Amino acid sequence: MKILVCITNVPDTTAKISFTDNDTKLNKNGVQFIIGPYDDYALARGVELKEQLGGSLTVLHIGEADAEPQIRKALAIGADDAIRVNADPQDSYFVATQIAHIASQNSYDLILMGRESIDYNSGVVHGLVGEMLGAPSYSPVMKLDLDGSNATITREIDGGKEVLKAPLPLVLGCQEPIAEWKIPNMRGIMTARTKPLNVVEPISVDDVTVPQSYKLPAPKGACKMIPASEAETLIRLLQTEAKVL
Amino acid sequence: MSVLICVELDNGSIKKTSLEAVAYGAQVAEKTGGQAVVIAFGKADPAELVKAGQYGASKVLHAADARLEHENSLAYADALVQAVQQESSKIIILSKSGLGDAIAARAAAKLKAGIVSGVTALPETDGGFKVTRAIFTGKAFATAEIRSEIKVLVIRKNAIEIDETSLSGGDATVEAFQPTLRDSDFTATIVSVEKADSELSLTEAEIVVSGGRGMKGPEHWQPLIDLAKALGAATGCSKPVSDLDWRPHHEHIGQTGIKVAPNLYIACGISGAIQHLAGVNGSKCIVVINKDPEAPFFKAADYGIVGDVFEILPRLTEAAKSLK
Ligand SMILES: Cc1cc2nc3c(=O)[nH]c(=O)nc-3n(C[C@H](O)[C@H](O)[C@H](O)COP(=O)(O)OP(=O)(O)OC[C@H]3O[C@@H](n4cnc5c(N)ncnc54)[C@H](O)[C@@H]3O)c2cc1C
Ligand SMILES: Nc1ncnc2c1ncn2[C@@H]1O[C@H](COP(=O)(O)O)[C@@H](O)[C@H]1O
Repeated sequence: MKILVCITNVPDTTAKISFTDNDTKLNKNGVQFIIGPYDDYALARGVELKEQLGGSLTVLHIGEADAEPQIRKALAIGADDAIRVNADPQDSYFVATQIAHIASQNSYDLILMGRESIDYNSGVVHGLVGEMLGAPSYSPVMKLDLDGSNATITREIDGGKEVLKAPLPLVLGCQEPIAEWKIPNMRGIMTARTKPLNVVEPISVDDVTVPQSYKLPAPKGACKMIPASEAETLIRLLQTEAKVL
Repeated sequence: MSVLICVELDNGSIKKTSLEAVAYGAQVAEKTGGQAVVIAFGKADPAELVKAGQYGASKVLHAADARLEHENSLAYADALVQAVQQESSKIIILSKSGLGDAIAARAAAKLKAGIVSGVTALPETDGGFKVTRAIFTGKAFATAEIRSEIKVLVIRKNAIEIDETSLSGGDATVEAFQPTLRDSDFTATIVSVEKADSELSLTEAEIVVSGGRGMKGPEHWQPLIDLAKALGAATGCSKPVSDLDWRPHHEHIGQTGIKVAPNLYIACGISGAIQHLAGVNGSKCIVVINKDPEAPFFKAADYGIVGDVFEILPRLTEAAKSLK
């Protein structure tokens, strides 16, 4: 079993977001970065499958060198090796093209991703990569089991879930409860230091979308407090003032 | 040239979020010239499809092939690209959902088109085609220019205001559409499909009543369900609630769950952790009921009541029942 797990390097979920350089760049000052929470689920399930079935697990990140602590963490959790495509990606199309390029040079049975990244979150990279490779893509996947060259997948659909059986190779966007997040142990952290982390240069891609600027939402007005003793007035206010009933 | 809007169906009718995409697409068509064309897959009621006209579409392509009845983003993307060629469409619009994103992504890769998902407003079209979308799970917005000839936009709920009372369009004409389907899009077999019995989907609902750990346990959910019923609302919950199996996983709202953007979100006994807010910050109006006046959720709310949910909820239900 040859598994590729694509990880993002994103601000911690509680990070305060702000921008610099005339609102054209994320202000990374004081922001703690983590492996994307959905990517962490993908990684955890990937490691379990590798341990169960043998084979190899490679982690891939498209981004700059400041992501290396997160890539090392993925190695400590159980990936065998890592690839970093050295670029500052500007859109999903660029990221997907790099992932598809790396994947086309190595025949992976499974390409696992998160359901969406939580920074420039779009939930489209798995679909783009699947199409670029001519492989099926499914998301969000909540359960994944392998049986020879077939996968059984439980995925979320509007208002419920669906179980599918599909032949490998597959590209999957993962979410909980596919696996529990894994925390690296001491031995993992030690061995991660010597596992290969290969840095490669990106292939060129047309700029199909070009970022212009960022902005923060307008500040929220004050919350109107209603005394508990007059709770019923809420319903009237929702109808006449907020006009949402 | 045309704008092509790919809609999702539910029981043969166009979903509400998709009708919003039709209205959005019609406005884009007005800005950029050309007509708004809709494409729908699977079993549909023709009388329902013509309704797309009221939202500004002139034509609906209906691909009724039996193989398209089951949700299949691979085949839908293939069919969509064939429709793009037939209609010489330059702009493709979908509404945001797992299915919408998957179709959009696969079609964009086939067409080498720039794709922007999570769009929150109409594009700016003077001097380049610029769209704004939500990023960092709603904590910020990004504007990007799409430079490719064909453009794919996946829009968030509430990206435009629709006044249902003043819809002006007439009926759309419905045309049968027969795409060439490839066997490679049908390699998966469906083992089982399980749909919640509630008719109201959480992502489509205009009102959501949601409960957190403050609801104390699954056996105490009835007051919340009663209020939801009285308001015609869907029910949701916080992550610990679904982790504890008090409520099903598909009700879990937030950063790692479902993102909702209803007109009204009522949070009962939810503290308002940032990961929960990430799933609700697209809502128009937020009401928070919490016994702790310091609960962070009040900072993100429009209306708040400090009090015990078990005392407040039944009273709200009574007040809601006496509406109209
Ligand atoms: C990476 C990551 C992702 C996460 N993703 C999500 C997510 O997607 N969605 C999500 O919801 N959480 C998520 N969380 C968890 C989140 O941080 C919070 O722990 C969670 O939202 C808290 O749930 P809660 O508000 O129901 O419970 P609590 O924080 O325990 O809050 C309960 C609230 O109920 C109030 N209360 C108690 N009794 C009453 C009463 N009788 N009447 C009125 N009020 C009462 C209390 O004052 C309190 O404010 C995530 C966390 C992490 C680290
Ligand atoms: N820069 C990146 N490097 C590696 N994988 C990525 C990158 N960006 C996105 N992905 C993968 O694609 C998934 C979906 O991302 P997105 O479409 O941006 O929401 C993520 O959860 C990751 O698994």
